[in-house]
Amino acid sequence: MSRHRIRPAQAAQTAAILAALLAAAPAHATTVYVSNEKGNSVSVIDVETLKVTATWPVGRRPRGITVGKDGSLLYVCASDDDRIDVLDTKTGKIVRSLRSGPDPEQFIAHPSGNPLYVANEDDSQVTVLDIEKNKVVAEVPVGVEPEGMGLSPDGSILVNTSETTNMAHFIDTKTFQVIDNVLVDARPRFAEFSQDGRWLWVSAEVGGTVSVIDVETRKVVKKITFKIPGVTDEQIQPVGVRLTRDGTKAFVALGPANRVAVVDAKTYEVQKYLPVGQRVWQLAFTPDQKLLFSTNGTSNDVSVIDVEALKVTKSIPVGLLPWGVAVSPQ
Amino acid sequence: MAQFRKATLASLGLLAGLAAAPAALAQAPAPPQAAAPQASEIRIGLIYRPAPAPSSYDAQAAPEDEGLAGARLAIQDNATTGRFVRQSYALDAVALGTAAPGAPPPQSPVDAARDLAAKGLRFIVLALPADEVLAVADALKGSSVVLFNASAPDDRLRGADCRADVFHVAPSRAMQTDALAQFLAFMRWRKLFLITGPQDGDKLWAEAMKRSAKKFGLQISAERPWTFGPLARARGDTPTRAEALVFTRGLDYDVAVVADEAGDFGDYVPFHTVDPRPVAGTQGLVPTTWHPTLEVWGAAQAQNRFRRLAGRLMRPLDYQVWAAVRAVGEAAFQRKTTDPAALTAAIADPAFSLPGYKGVALSFRPWDHQLRQPLLLVQPQALVAVAPEQGYLHQRTPLDTLGIDLPETQCKLAKS
Repeated sequence: MSRHRIRPAQAAQTAAILAALLAAAPAHATTVYVSNEKGNSVSVIDVETLKVTATWPVGRRPRGITVGKDGSLLYVCASDDDRIDVLDTKTGKIVRSLRSGPDPEQFIAHPSGNPLYVANEDDSQVTVLDIEKNKVVAEVPVGVEPEGMGLSPDGSILVNTSETTNMAHFIDTKTFQVIDNVLVDARPRFAEFSQDGRWLWVSAEVGGTVSVIDVETRKVVKKITFKIPGVTDEQIQPVGVRLTRDGTKAFVALGPANRVAVVDAKTYEVQKYLPVGQRVWQLAFTPDQKLLFSTNGTSNDVSVIDVEALKVTKSIPVGLLPWGVAVSPQ
Repeated sequence: MAQFRKATLASLGLLAGLAAAPAALAQAPAPPQAAAPQASEIRIGLIYRPAPAPSSYDAQAAPEDEGLAGARLAIQDNATTGRFVRQSYALDAVALGTAAPGAPPPQSPVDAARDLAAKGLRFIVLALPADEVLAVADALKGSSVVLFNASAPDDRLRGADCRADVFHVAPSRAMQTDALAQFLAFMRWRKLFLITGPQDGDKLWAEAMKRSAKKFGLQISAERPWTFGPLARARGDTPTRAEALVFTRGLDYDVAVVADEAGDFGDYVPFHTVDPRPVAGTQGLVPTTWHPTLEVWGAAQAQNRFRRLAGRLMRPLDYQVWAAVRAVGEAAFQRKTTDPAALTAAIADPAFSLPGYKGVALSFRPWDHQLRQPLLLVQPQALVAVAPEQGYLHQRTPLDTLGIDLPETQCKLAKS
């Protein structure tokens, strides 16, 4: 990690250069941010050059990561520091730290940008956090080891998955009440709504499946399984899931199978397995959905997938144990 | 704070009930008591024998609540999930005394188990030696009580002496030695010097090691009994003993394997061999179910929850009792019932899947009710490897490369 770590003086210099670059570059430069769980840092990747332009130190065990609505602020769960660091994306400096509740792992922002819904992994609860006031609005008790966080496109239903309880908890974002619990396979890690809000995709890491849930009836309508020649079933551990906006394709990161599965989101057939780095967990599209980035924890890199061609075009070395990935809105 | 947390948790059952009927709550200012349906309760028993109080200073004494704390964590984990499905969980733990001169004889495990069965418990976890597991199983035969063996590693309990109502969460000796043998074969350390202690368990462990060596193409190139007493316990004033040092002289081996389940001498062997050789077995590099350095596969969260609850690190016996109690809860969640017969069927189902922080789902082997599980190979301060090693394949699951497989089992499970 030390080779990616930047000393303060150097960081200031890098930040200055970066600020200059940002000022000079066209206003719509898209940026990818990767949280490095063991590196305690965020790697910054420029989408045009596909190169790491900066590495920013953050709190301990950074996992969940998301960019604010206008792209000016970056939010990072510093799990072991029980807080969320807010970084200025121009300078890479931590400008605030938010009271996330203990051990924040993943979070999702309301479509309006506020509040933030945070899964507190060690504490069996979801914290609803007003990021402007830095105030906890509600704490919702959920199952053991809450992790995955999905929000319906209209922001009305929040879904949290609990890794040891093995449920997707449906939470009303107005009343903060759990309205239903859907049992899925072992160790659900991620929840992703379709763009029309009708379907919820939930991955199960140990179960090896992705459940597609009808949001209205809250019944599992399909369980997608994966088979890869030369890879044992035990190694197929689905984590991150991303659906294309047009609702035709789903991408599923398969952990130590070192593949991203491409699934037809209508027929649920697996179309292709794309070889990426080792222990692939989280995925993020660029805003135009032309590229998809995957975090590969064990190989300490990020794979770049061409969404149209369904090909892996590049791998970019980042910090130690990359966990989450977020892309700026423009 | 901890007290407050507990109270909050206790009231959550009520909260869950309220959440389910928000409309009724809003309309009726004083909802009748009967409106909140009673959650169905699953009581799980634990019979264990607390470790005797250690001498005034013992750096590695087993904690008094070893095993018990694992049960408590699992009950807490089950309850957290249970509140979403109207199930509550409770623990009935029985700590057996040890016989002392002048004191009345302590309660026998059989009496303790009969008492729990009489109270209506249908699932009892035993952290007891093999003979007592068998005595309890035979005493409760026909009573539809399901027992979990959380500590006895004896292969006979999964072989000739197997019982239909007993599920084994503790890995058998054959699984432990297979895990070690796979690692040694993977490293190409093929010549073993086997040092066997004087106790019965040591001899059984050594036998299992010989079987594993044959299975994975290793060679026992030398073998000696340990006859120098519990030197590992004689810490400090007798750091070396000449005859113990020289008994490794003139042998041709890659790794010394110690069979010492009581921990009397195994920790004395490393750095006391004439030739520089690594030590593995019951000490040195050890196959086990749990270790404080395991943090992948979500284990860090379990480690933290345990430490908060028990104020110490989680030990293998804690993990094994945890897994037994969680198996009951997991069956109840997966089948959405608390009916004991249905739960037993679920646990015995080959499709049963228990997440246990090992990266794969765990299940019980249909032929001997042994929990399939990856085993950790650890040295005191680090995780070294996880068995099964990559490349060891099996037609069902790589997990079945560890322990006694279906074609070789001596177990005939008769339905009681």
